[in-house]
Amino acid sequence: MSRKTMSRFAKAARILLATLREIFDEAAYARFLLRTRMTSSVEAYAAFRQEFEEAKTRRPKCC
Amino acid sequence: MNKSLSIVAWGIVGALGVVAVGVVAVRRGEPINALWLVVAATCCYALGYRFYSKFIAAKILALDALRATPAERLENGRDFLVTNKWVVFGHHFAAIAGPGPLVGPVLAAQFGYLPGTLWVLAGAVFAGCVQDFVILLFSVRRDGKSLTEMAKEEIGRVGGFVAYAAVIAILVILLAVAALIVVNALKDSPWGTFTIAMTIPIALLMGLYLRRIRPGKVLEVSVLGFFLVLLAIWGGQWASQNAAMARVFTLRAPSLAILIIIYGFAASALPVWLLLAPRDYLSTFVKLGTIGLLGIGIVVLHPTLHMPALTRFVDGSGPVFAGKIFPFAFITIACGAISGFHSLISSGTTPKLIARETETRMVGYGAMMAESAVAVMAIIAACVLQPGVYFAINSPAGVVGQTAAAATGTISSWGFPVTASDMQALAHAVGEQTLFNRTGGAPAFAVGMAHIFSQSLGGATVMALWYHFAVMFEALFILTILDAGTRVARFMIQDALGHIYKPLGRTSWYPSILATSGLVVGAWGYFLWQGVRDPLGGINSLWPLFGIANQLLATVALCVATTIIIKLHRARYAAVTLLPLAWLVAVTFTASWHKVLDPNPRVGFLAQARVLAAGPATSASAQLIFNNRLDAAVTAVLVVMVALVLIESVRQWVGVLSGGEESRVKEAPFVMTRLAEERG
Repeated sequence: MSRKTMSRFAKAARILLATLREIFDEAAYARFLLRTRMTSSVEAYAAFRQEFEEAKTRRPKCC
Repeated sequence: MNKSLSIVAWGIVGALGVVAVGVVAVRRGEPINALWLVVAATCCYALGYRFYSKFIAAKILALDALRATPAERLENGRDFLVTNKWVVFGHHFAAIAGPGPLVGPVLAAQFGYLPGTLWVLAGAVFAGCVQDFVILLFSVRRDGKSLTEMAKEEIGRVGGFVAYAAVIAILVILLAVAALIVVNALKDSPWGTFTIAMTIPIALLMGLYLRRIRPGKVLEVSVLGFFLVLLAIWGGQWASQNAAMARVFTLRAPSLAILIIIYGFAASALPVWLLLAPRDYLSTFVKLGTIGLLGIGIVVLHPTLHMPALTRFVDGSGPVFAGKIFPFAFITIACGAISGFHSLISSGTTPKLIARETETRMVGYGAMMAESAVAVMAIIAACVLQPGVYFAINSPAGVVGQTAAAATGTISSWGFPVTASDMQALAHAVGEQTLFNRTGGAPAFAVGMAHIFSQSLGGATVMALWYHFAVMFEALFILTILDAGTRVARFMIQDALGHIYKPLGRTSWYPSILATSGLVVGAWGYFLWQGVRDPLGGINSLWPLFGIANQLLATVALCVATTIIIKLHRARYAAVTLLPLAWLVAVTFTASWHKVLDPNPRVGFLAQARVLAAGPATSASAQLIFNNRLDAAVTAVLVVMVALVLIESVRQWVGVLSGGEESRVKEAPFVMTRLAEERG
């Protein structure tokens, strides 16, 4: 497999992972840590869920 | 690619599409391979995206890559965030793809595979994708405003109020019909009920892992949860074979309905939903995985469709739901062709993530094409079944008869041979006691999916596992929609009540939480109970009601879009939204007329109420009469409200076109993007 093809596969895999991280809110948690200058911990995750839940539950999901 | 090569390549795609659609449309009297549907769909989507969406982007919307989007201008690291277009695409698709594109096409397969396929393809390319695309772009140009806000600003207060009321109505009916699908899939099924019950401790375990062991590692815990669910499916077989466990988990429809109503209230009003939150991730994980797996399965195994192109039920006498092909095929399949609900997503989270206007084409138009492809998969899953089997599963006892012999006799007399022993063998193969009268679409889809996969992976010996995997997948993500939808409706009602009495709007004030949760759950719970007690199976009345409400919301969305297009002085291209709007008005108003006033008691609510009133008076019949009148009233109110929006919109169009009305749109002012500079 050529280097170009390999790099395309790697890029596709990176995008897929980024998409999954966004869908599963991992990216939102990472942004929260960045914004609040906290490191990942039980307390940080609890604070993230508290801030994030109301916004998330207001989002409609389709049928 | 040089121009002549491009012309040749697109010419080949066009020719292939014409041949495939031709084969799908013309072939009669012999089974057809599912690959023809796949090829027809692929070519239609490719042509629609390449040419039609590009035309809309260039001529009507004039997408501007240099205009800063709200994600850039208002970036706050939370709601507004510049995001990679593929990531937004995935996020948007995960939000719009629910049970609708799976259930609607399965129910509409009673007309044959052809009407559903043609509507899904044409509806998506010319209506659904267009709606999602234009609403997304218009919301991006208005700082991510919601459909109700845009309707209020562009059409007037009536537009805003109707959009709000339509959303609440759709949510209530959607939640009722979704719950009914789960009830019908799980009733008398200890295996299925056990598996779904197990998802609650699995979710709690995931929550514990997320909070205490590896904070924030959602993907990791979802994979773990997925394996636990597979274990629960396997355990369900044991539960169904163990006499004591089977007794506990064998529940009748009314008991399941009560449990789901209690679950819905608890999930909305009590903090327990925080513990259940990981189930949302699990459901999304399973949903995306299953859709991908089914797509691969169909392409690799390319099963044969046994359902004819058209059945005799195009005349309106169908057992799954009553009503002629026009308009009922077009309201039965909403998601997959056009769904008003999508306009809420397109004007919700997604516009706040878009990095450049030009990306709205791929996200709005493209994601809807992907959902339409899911609907094609559902059509294939339903139509690979022998028609007799399909009708035995999907027909209510009130139509085909109470016993296996009566049901198979009735269905065979329609020209779709099936025997009681065939059905018994199939039920045994999928680990159920019976598959008769499992209305709602989910069990038929599950049998179809199990049938496709059992052709290869593990053969017939694991058909029961595939069936219960499919049932679990549908029930799991319907239940997450149920608790999420209940909370969304609760918040909407609290927001509105907050204008009357401030504390009612506070989402942390318990009296308000309990009252509004009770209101929402009471509303959908009432329709669910009505569906469970309905001798015609409930789906016959509730699914059309949901389809009408959903398509009426699409009507509102297209009214908003057309109004903005006219105000932008692009009236000569307004047909792009005006034609789907005219089609939806024709479909929904005709369907509503039939559902309210049709003299056939299987179709018209009032006719059925009259028949019941003429029969012996019992408390049950009094309740059924009331329910039918209530359904008729709900339908009539929805239609009147949307008619008001239409009148208001037409008044605006005439005013703008005649120069009497100001044609200024309420867009955010142009700001040059900085992303272009950064990209050099």
